[in-house]
Amino acid sequence: MNILSVKDLSKTYKSGSRSLTVLDQVNFDIQAGETISIVGPSGSGKTTLLGLCAGLDSASTGSVQLNGQALEKLSEDQRAAVRNQDVGFIFQNFQLLPTLTALENVMVPLELKKRKDARTKALELLEKVGLGDRATHYPTQLSGGEQQRVSIARAFANEPKILFADEPTGNLDTETGEMIEKLIFDLNKEKGTTLVLVTHDTELAGKTQRIIHIKGGKIQEDAHA
Amino acid sequence: MPMPDFAWILRMAFRDFRKNISRLLLFVSSIVVGIAALVAISSFGENLTSDIDNQAKELLGADLVLENNKPIGDQPIDSMALNTASEVNFASMVAFPATGASRLTQVRALEGDFPFYGYLETIPASGDADFRAGGKKALVEKILMAQFDAQVGDIIKVGEVEFEIAGELQSVPGQTGITATVAPAVYIPMAYLEETGLVQYGSRVEYNRYFVFAENTDIDLLIEPFEDEWEIERIDADTVEDRKRSTGRSFENLSNFLSLVAFIALLLGCVGVASAVNVFVKEKLASVAVLRCLGVSSRDVLLIYLFEILVMGLFGAILGSILGTLLQFILPAVFADFLPVEVTVGISWLSVGFGVITGLFVSVLFALLPLLKVRNVSPMATLRPETADSRLMKDPSRWAVIAGILIFIWGFSYYLLGSAQLAFGFTGFVVFAFGILWGVGQLIMWAVRKFLPISLRYTVRQALSNLYRPNNQTISLIATIGLGTAMISTLFFLQNQLLEEAKFADKEDQPNLLMFDIQTPQLEAVKEKVTGRDLRILQEVPIVTMQLNEINGVDKRENEELPDDENYSRWMYNREYRVTYRDTLIDTETIAEGELIPVGARGDSIFVSLSASFAEGNNLKIGDEIEFNVQGRPIKTYIGSFRNVKFNQVSTNFIVLFPNGVLEQAPKFHVIITRTKNDRESAAIQSEVVREFPNISIVNLGVIVETLEDILNKISFVIQFMAFFSIATGILVLISSLIISKYQRMRESILLRTLGAGSGTVSKINTLEYFFLGSLASLSGIILSFAATWLLSAFVFDMNFRPAWGAGLMLYLAITGLTIVLGWLNGRKIINQPPMEILRGNG
Repeated sequence: MNILSVKDLSKTYKSGSRSLTVLDQVNFDIQAGETISIVGPSGSGKTTLLGLCAGLDSASTGSVQLNGQALEKLSEDQRAAVRNQDVGFIFQNFQLLPTLTALENVMVPLELKKRKDARTKALELLEKVGLGDRATHYPTQLSGGEQQRVSIARAFANEPKILFADEPTGNLDTETGEMIEKLIFDLNKEKGTTLVLVTHDTELAGKTQRIIHIKGGKIQEDAHA
Repeated sequence: MPMPDFAWILRMAFRDFRKNISRLLLFVSSIVVGIAALVAISSFGENLTSDIDNQAKELLGADLVLENNKPIGDQPIDSMALNTASEVNFASMVAFPATGASRLTQVRALEGDFPFYGYLETIPASGDADFRAGGKKALVEKILMAQFDAQVGDIIKVGEVEFEIAGELQSVPGQTGITATVAPAVYIPMAYLEETGLVQYGSRVEYNRYFVFAENTDIDLLIEPFEDEWEIERIDADTVEDRKRSTGRSFENLSNFLSLVAFIALLLGCVGVASAVNVFVKEKLASVAVLRCLGVSSRDVLLIYLFEILVMGLFGAILGSILGTLLQFILPAVFADFLPVEVTVGISWLSVGFGVITGLFVSVLFALLPLLKVRNVSPMATLRPETADSRLMKDPSRWAVIAGILIFIWGFSYYLLGSAQLAFGFTGFVVFAFGILWGVGQLIMWAVRKFLPISLRYTVRQALSNLYRPNNQTISLIATIGLGTAMISTLFFLQNQLLEEAKFADKEDQPNLLMFDIQTPQLEAVKEKVTGRDLRILQEVPIVTMQLNEINGVDKRENEELPDDENYSRWMYNREYRVTYRDTLIDTETIAEGELIPVGARGDSIFVSLSASFAEGNNLKIGDEIEFNVQGRPIKTYIGSFRNVKFNQVSTNFIVLFPNGVLEQAPKFHVIITRTKNDRESAAIQSEVVREFPNISIVNLGVIVETLEDILNKISFVIQFMAFFSIATGILVLISSLIISKYQRMRESILLRTLGAGSGTVSKINTLEYFFLGSLASLSGIILSFAATWLLSAFVFDMNFRPAWGAGLMLYLAITGLTIVLGWLNGRKIINQPPMEILRGNG
């Protein structure tokens, strides 16, 4: 069953009389539970593709079906509801809310789903990523690796059907990066989540079941590992 | 869209709030001063109104006063009163024989126990009783005693009679400090009035009769049967209720005017709120993008931050209301010279409620404009942060908020001014003033950027460039501090200008001494005294007093019957006209319409010339027929011309001017205008004339300038006190913006020092930046105030504009200096610490 279906997807930015096509007629499907990497050089359009697939942005033409819903037919607030229900995110620069503690950051998606056990569940997730004792710390009181672990706990909190990760180890040293990679893949395996990774790192990409190579806004290669 | 989950929104607002509390406090600090000013003025107004109610009888000193410009004969209600008293008021010279000095004063000849309510407060306290005990005793206003260094027991001469000063008059019921400054009073017993010889033809005398009735008497009902008769006799009846109404009305106007000034301070604070929230929102854009990414709707994101603003707005409003309530305790001292009653101070819950609601409302309204941005933040900004700063201009809701702000300003000013038109005017003024300052700020910034020479020293270039750093609030600081400066300096310049104008009148060949109430038999002798001292008689003006019988055939009684939109002012029929006659204009006059028509030029009709402003105010036109009553003889005239009259010289100015050949035989008195070389000569001739002719009153330019200075000082003190709120708000906005930008400054400072800049260089750059900021703000305000003073001088006061460069320079130095000091206090910690300490977060 396809969790994500991308059809003839294009994105063009207009600046005055000039237009720049960042994605050009992209097509692919992702099966539920699949792990996939999108790789390509800087400016190839991989982050744009991730944003469109996750419903963070709207396409110029084409369609994105996420868990059976055509994102282009939804308003921004409706897409927000879809993100809360079905999508998890891990970012290169962690993107924790600076005024919330680690625990509260993880609680947000659960609270949005009106889960009564938000606190217990969030604590459980923090324990799982090894930060049970740092729950009341604010992001500025945590190291980069710790912040990314909180971010992973938050991403898995709402038990998403699909997880998008944008260069999740890009801001970390090698050792911490490897630890984060392991955490993501372990949790992914445990929860059976679909994982879409955007990365420069071919070694990390090699750990996924499928790699899509993108260049100049077009898919160059779509290969199973 | 589902209903918002308010419990979660509140929780999120609280979570964000606890980390931002000090920052949010800074936002609302901007409105604290404005709310405090509003609450203080409003509480003061409330208390004053109730005090006027409670002390209404003391305002009048009696239950009823009858006033006329001729003696009030026996009245039928005399017998109904428990007691009556009489007073005769007129302006006259009073001499202090010990020093030979004299001055024009308001002489009040008193008979009876007036005031029946309240008392004449004197030093010594026994002065009043002593004065009433009989004999040639007088009570003299304290301002006169101080001016002539007189003591109780000294002798003063009023007309032909010498009186012993029984007491120094401190206060009179219903009279304000300003009245005492303009016309200081001397009370003498009525029994000696005739002996003074001062009440002669032409003397402008007011006769008052005071009545006190049994308690619970309905005065309005009591006087109703006599009102028609009094109307014919031109007797004006003033009851406690009338006085309460008129005093209440004038203080309501004053209180509303002051509230408007306070409202301007509040609006400045609102700009501060909007500007600070703008920075707050910019810093929050990344968090907003994350929340959107996690699935929070744009409405809920807006509600989270709006709730924070709401709580802080409430806090600021409450703080402002408390401060305002405390502040009103000093207001009676500030307004002392203007108050006819003793004001009690206390908490006015109505004003506090008004302040809290207003504060809450404005903080939300003005914060909403920048806050709307959060609705448009794309979740894509989590991946591409550069897209986070969405443009507010794209959001159509901003027009609704801008309309809301304009409606609020209009509504608030309408509430204070009670006129839709004036409220539109005020709203227009506010938009214009902010627009101009915004424009001036933008223009200066653009000019600096465009023409900044590359050859300037690095520190200067860096400091100037810092003004453009994102989130620096440079333009809003220029607007807030600039408007505060503009208000204070306009008042200051204008006051200066008025005084300069008065002093300027004392130039070569301009008259500076005016003698009036000269009776015809005295004229030649007075002229001889003037010419005997080698002084030129610059003007000799005959004056005839008259009243008005009919306008276009409508007499006083018929006028009363006419509907309100068709009748003439009752005052036109009741007043006494002092008229002169000549066929030419004098220096202070110009023809506005028509021409001066001599007798005989158009048949036997008599054409008079009227002051243009009088004619305009009373709806009179060229050709209208006016019948005057000159000492019992009717004279029919037509309006032949209107004159513009300049009132900025020592001169006689007349509402009505007759041609030669009509009034020569009528009873008249005279005015002589001359120029003395110096104050000593003025004093000498004044003393000589008053000694021989005590009925003649003399005013010299020195006294006019002195009185004007005194009054302007009193008024400007009050206005500057109010303008202080605007400056204080500007300073608070400055402090808040400095603290908000502290982190950014810290980063720049670290970068500079890491690159090798010494603390001296960093300190120099910072000081120069504050110097430029203070200069831009104060100069914008000063330029605006020069423009305002020029406009007011040219179009309102009809004076030549003389820029007060010295005062402008002082203001510029003071405000720029203050900005530098505040900036230095804010940044000194950054400069004195090593960069690593700040980088590690210990700074």
